[in-house]
Amino acid sequence: MGSSHLRPRTAMAIRARLGFVILLSLFFSATLSTALYEDQVGLADWHHKYIGKVKHAVFHTQKTGRKRVVVSTEENVVASLDLRTGFIFWRNVLGKNDHIDQVDIALGKYVVTLSSGGSILRAWNLPDGQMIWESTLPVSTLSKSSLYVLANMNVGKDNLILVFGGSSIHALSSMDGQIVWRKELSIDSLEIQQIFQPHDSDIINAVGFVGSSEFVVYQISYRTGEVMQQSKASFESGFCGEASLVFDNLVVALDASKSSLVSISFKNEVINFHQINLSDLVPDFSGKVTLLPLKFNGMLAIEIASSILLLRVKGANELEFVEKISHPFAFSDALPLSKEQQAFAILQHDESKIHFKVKSDNDLRNEILKETIQMDSQRGNIEKVFINNYIRTDRTHGFRFLVVMEDHSLLLIQQGEIVWSREDGLASIVDSTTSELPVEKEGVSVAEVEHNLFEWLKGHLLKLKGTLMLASPDEVAAIQAIRLKSSEKNKMTRDHNGFRKLIIVLTRAGKVLALHTGDGRVVWSVLLPALRRSETCGNPFALRVYQWQVPHHHAMHENPSVLVVGRCGHGFDAPGIFSIVDSYTGKVQNSLILEHSVSHIMPLPLTDSTEQRLHLIIDAKLQAHLYPKNSDSLKHFFNEMPNIYWYSVEVEKNKIKGYSLESKAELDTAEEYVFQAKELWSIIFPSESEKIAVTATRKMNEIVHTQAKVVADQDVMYKYVSKNILFVATVAPKAAGEIGSATPEEALLYAYLIDTVSGRILHRVCHQGAQGPVHAVVSENWVVYHYFNLRAHRYEMSVIEIYDQSRADNKDVWKLVLGKHNLTAPVSLYSRPDVMVKSQSYFFTHSVKSMAVTATAKGITSKQLLIGTIGDQVLALDKRFLDPRRSVNPTQSEKEEGIIPLTDSLPIVPQSYITHSLQVEGLRSMVTIPAKLESTTLVFSYGVDLFFTRIAPSRTYDSLTEDFSYALLLITIVVLVAAIFVTWALSEKKELKEKWR
Amino acid sequence: MEKGKGLARRWAVEFAENSYSSSPVDVPDPMGFSRSSSDPDDANASRQKKEAEAAWKAQKAWEVAQAPVKNLLMMGFMMWMAGSTVHLFSIGITFSALWQPISALQGVGKVFEPYKDPRVDTLAPKLLFIALNLAGLVLGIWKLNTLGLLPTHASDWVSSLPPASEVEYAGGGLPVH
Repeated sequence: MGSSHLRPRTAMAIRARLGFVILLSLFFSATLSTALYEDQVGLADWHHKYIGKVKHAVFHTQKTGRKRVVVSTEENVVASLDLRTGFIFWRNVLGKNDHIDQVDIALGKYVVTLSSGGSILRAWNLPDGQMIWESTLPVSTLSKSSLYVLANMNVGKDNLILVFGGSSIHALSSMDGQIVWRKELSIDSLEIQQIFQPHDSDIINAVGFVGSSEFVVYQISYRTGEVMQQSKASFESGFCGEASLVFDNLVVALDASKSSLVSISFKNEVINFHQINLSDLVPDFSGKVTLLPLKFNGMLAIEIASSILLLRVKGANELEFVEKISHPFAFSDALPLSKEQQAFAILQHDESKIHFKVKSDNDLRNEILKETIQMDSQRGNIEKVFINNYIRTDRTHGFRFLVVMEDHSLLLIQQGEIVWSREDGLASIVDSTTSELPVEKEGVSVAEVEHNLFEWLKGHLLKLKGTLMLASPDEVAAIQAIRLKSSEKNKMTRDHNGFRKLIIVLTRAGKVLALHTGDGRVVWSVLLPALRRSETCGNPFALRVYQWQVPHHHAMHENPSVLVVGRCGHGFDAPGIFSIVDSYTGKVQNSLILEHSVSHIMPLPLTDSTEQRLHLIIDAKLQAHLYPKNSDSLKHFFNEMPNIYWYSVEVEKNKIKGYSLESKAELDTAEEYVFQAKELWSIIFPSESEKIAVTATRKMNEIVHTQAKVVADQDVMYKYVSKNILFVATVAPKAAGEIGSATPEEALLYAYLIDTVSGRILHRVCHQGAQGPVHAVVSENWVVYHYFNLRAHRYEMSVIEIYDQSRADNKDVWKLVLGKHNLTAPVSLYSRPDVMVKSQSYFFTHSVKSMAVTATAKGITSKQLLIGTIGDQVLALDKRFLDPRRSVNPTQSEKEEGIIPLTDSLPIVPQSYITHSLQVEGLRSMVTIPAKLESTTLVFSYGVDLFFTRIAPSRTYDSLTEDFSYALLLITIVVLVAAIFVTWALSEKKELKEKWR
Repeated sequence: MEKGKGLARRWAVEFAENSYSSSPVDVPDPMGFSRSSSDPDDANASRQKKEAEAAWKAQKAWEVAQAPVKNLLMMGFMMWMAGSTVHLFSIGITFSALWQPISALQGVGKVFEPYKDPRVDTLAPKLLFIALNLAGLVLGIWKLNTLGLLPTHASDWVSSLPPASEVEYAGGGLPVH
C-alpha cells in the first residue's frame, strides 16, 4: 500500500488517514495505482498539438484525394495539414538549432526541407511524413542558402534539387539525395542571388554579386554542372546586395546608397546597367528604398517612407507605377494559373477588416478577385499570406488564402469566410502562471450545467453495469464517452478539489491566453497592445508573466489580475513594458511603457492593502523601482526594506553579486519609488578553471510542511529550509562545449550552494570528469542535478541534502511538549549557519531537456521529480530514489522507513511516464501547480505541444478514485438496511413462536 | 426448558400419614436420640453451609481475579503473532488489548457483585484483578509504543512543526531575457 510512499511518521494523522485508506481499499478493493489504464487516458489529461508560426507553405492540391498544405515553421516543424480542416496529417519536429530555411515538394511525392543554414537537406514522404533520405552538404561560408527544385524537366525521370549559397552550387538527386554534381565557383566573395532555369533548356542561369560592385551571370549545364558561359560587369556606384529577378534576363537591384534602383539586363554575355530615377515615379521622393521580395514576373515592390509602391517593369529602363499600398499589408508569391498567366494576392488591413485582392499579370489594374472579411482584432495584423487556386465549376479560378497573423495563428480563408483557424502562437509559450476561477455564486445555478436527476441516475446505472461487468461493448463505449465529456471538469467555477484553474500563458507574439485546465480550451485571449510594434516601441518582445493581484480577504469584489512584463528591443537597456490583464475576462486594465529598463524582476512576499503584489524591477543601472506606485505599497515596503536583498548572476563576467537596497539620498518626489543598490558581497569564479553553467533556486511559492526529517529509530534531523538558497554549477571552460569535446582529465564540474543574503558558500563539491549540459532543480532542503560523466560515458544525477546542525540539539521531548525549544529562523547577521550535507550520485540513462519537481498544497505528500526526456516525454521519478541515505544493505528500521537499497543507476519504470504514449514535441518546460487536494499536483508541460495532467505522487490517499462507483455503494447500503429490517422481522416472529411453545 | 431449577423450594405438602408430629406416640425415639438436640444441629448445618458458600465465594472471587492472567497470556501471544509493523491486524489486536482491561476496570464492581458477602473479603481479589488488568493495559500501551504510535520521541513532536518564517528575502538571479 501507499504507506511506503509517504515519509514515515510525518504525523499520526496521516497514519490514521492511511489506515482509513487501507480499510477503504480493502472494502472496495479499489486498485490504486500510479500508472494509467487505457480507459483512463484523457480523463484528467489533455494534449494539444501545434506547429508554430508558419514560415513557408507549399500546397499540394493537384491530384484528387486529400488536399494538403505542407508548412515549415519557426519552431523547426515541418508539417502536413489537411486543407479542409486544418488538422495535422503528420508533423516532424527538427532539433532546436536545426532551423528550416526552405521547404518544397519534389517529384510530387517528397517534401524537401533545407535546414541548418543550408547544410542539411532532407526528403520526407508526402503522404505519411516518413524520412526518405537525408544528405549533409559541406557549407563553408555562413552565407544564406537557398533551395531550388527544378520543375518537371523530364516527367518520371530523376529531377535535380539545387542548393546554392555563397559561391557554391550543389545538385542532388531527388530520388536518393546523392550529390550529382557540385560546383565551386572559384570567386571568393561571390554571393549567388538567384538561380533560374529558362524555359525548356538544359542550362541553369545563376546571377550574383561579387563584392559590392560586380555583377556576374553564369550559365551552367544542368547535367554536369559545367560552366558554359560566364559574364561579369561592374557598376561604379556599387550594390547593397538586394536584388529582385524580374524577367529571365533582367534583374533590378538597389545601389549601395539604397536610394536608387539599377536595372541590370543581360543577354549573351552582354550586361547593361540602367539607373532608374525614382523621382520620375514618385514626385516627392527622398530617403531610402527597400526592395521587397516579390517573386512575380515583371513586377517590383519597393518600400519608400512606410508606403509600398507596386511597379511594373516594362523594359530595361522603363517602370510603370501600378499601385500604392499602405501598411499593414501582405503579398503572396506568384501563383502560375496557366502557362502565360500568373496571379498574386495583396492583403490589406483596414482596422478590423481585411481586403483580399488577387491580380494577374494580364491585367494589373483590375482584380480577378476582391473580397473583404471581418477579422478578430485579437489576431493582430497580417504577417504572411500564401495563395492557392482551384477551378470552380464554371471554369473560373477560385482562390484560397493561407494567412499567418501577428499572433502566429494560421487561418484558411476561402470565399470570404474563415474555413479553419489554428491558434499556433501556443507553440511558442514564453512564460505561464495560474489563476483561480471565480467562486460559484448563488445566481449561477448548478442545474444548468448538470443534467437532470434521471440522466444522472442513468449514467450511474451504466457505470454500475460496467463495474459488474454486465455492460455490452456499446454501453462500455457510452460509459467512456460520459467519462471523457464529464461537464464537471469543464465548468467555469472553482471546484472543491482545486483541479479547475486557468493557466495564463504568454506567447512570443505578445499574446496572453487563458487555458482551462479541464480541456485546454482557450477561455479568452488578448494580443497586448503594448507588445505590438508601434512607433514608440519598434521591436517589442514579451518577457514574463506574474500574478499581480490575488484577492483573498480584502478586495474580494475585484477580479484577480496578472502582470505581463516586456521589453522594447533586445538590449538590456531598452525600456520595459508593463501590462496588467484581468484574469477572468482578459481585459487590459493598465498598460504603460516604463521609463527605465528591465533586467531583473522580483515579486516580493508583500502585498499592499488591495492585495496587489509588490514588485521590484531592477534596471540596467542597478536602480530598483517599486511597483505598484502608491503610498500604501511604499509604506509596506519601507517596513521590510532592511530585510530585502537581491543578487545578480553575471554569466559573462563569471560573477555573482549581492546587493541591499537603500533610499536615494536626494528625496525627489518623482523618485520616491526608486531605490539604490548597495553592493554587499560578490563571488568571483576563477575564469581559467570555472564557467557558470546553470543556476537554480527554490520556487517562491513552494510550501514546506515541516522542518524536521525523521530518520530511522525515531531520530530527528533538522532540514536547512531556506528560500534564499542558490545552486550554482560551474564547469571547466574547456569542457563547456558539447559532450566529447574535452577529455575526462580536463572536465570538472563544481556544485555550489550559496546563501543569497550573505553570499556565504554553504557547500561546494567537485565532480571529476563531469561536464554539462547541467540541469538542476532545488526544492525544500535538497538539490538534484543532472550532468554527463565522461569517465563512465553515462549521464549522472546527483542529490545534495542540506541539514542544519545548529538546531540538532532540539531533541528533548519535554522541551518540545512544553514549547521551550528554539527553532525560529535566525537573522544571517547574528548566526553562522552550521550545515551538514549528505549527497549521492547515480547513473541515469536519459539525457534531460528540463527538470521540475511536484508541488502540493501543504507539502505533506512526498515529492516526485519530473524529467523531460530527450524523447519529449515527462518521466516522474520518486524522490525516494534520490535519497542520499540509501545504502546497499539498509537496516530493518531503514527498510521500514522506506529506504530503497542502493543501486548504481536510477530505474526507469515505463508506467511512470506521465505523458503515457504521447509526446510533448519540442518540450521546453514543465510547470507544477498544487491542487487544493493535498495528494495531487497539476502538471502543465509545454513546448511545441501542450500537455496537462494531474498526478498524485503518493497516490490519491485523500479521495476516492475517479471510477469509484457511488451507485454500488448506494445499493450496498440499501441492501444492508433492507437486510437489517428483514432479519429483525424474522427474529421477532421466531421469538413469538418460542413464547407460544 | 428447565426454568426454576435453580430456585429454592418454597413449600411442600407431605401426603404420607407418618408425620413427625404423630410418630412419638407410636415409636419411641432411638437411644441417644434427642429431638431437641436436632435443632442446634440443624443450625450448625446451615452455618456450615453458609461458611462453605462464603469459602466458595471467596475462592470464586480469587478465580475471577486471576482470570485476566489467562487473558494476558493470550494477548501476549497474539501480540507476538501480530508483529511490530502497523497494519490492520496489529492495530486491531492492540486496541482490543487496550480496550479489554479498560472495560474490565470499569466493571470491577459488577464482576465481584455475586461474591459480595460480609464475610468474604473481596478487596484483595479486587486489587489483584485491578493489578492484572493494569498489567494488561501496560502491555497494550507497550505494544502501542512498539508500533510507534505513542508520542514518546522528539520526532513525534517536531514532525509537524512548520518551518520558521524567514525574515530576510533575497530575489534576483539571471537577468531576464
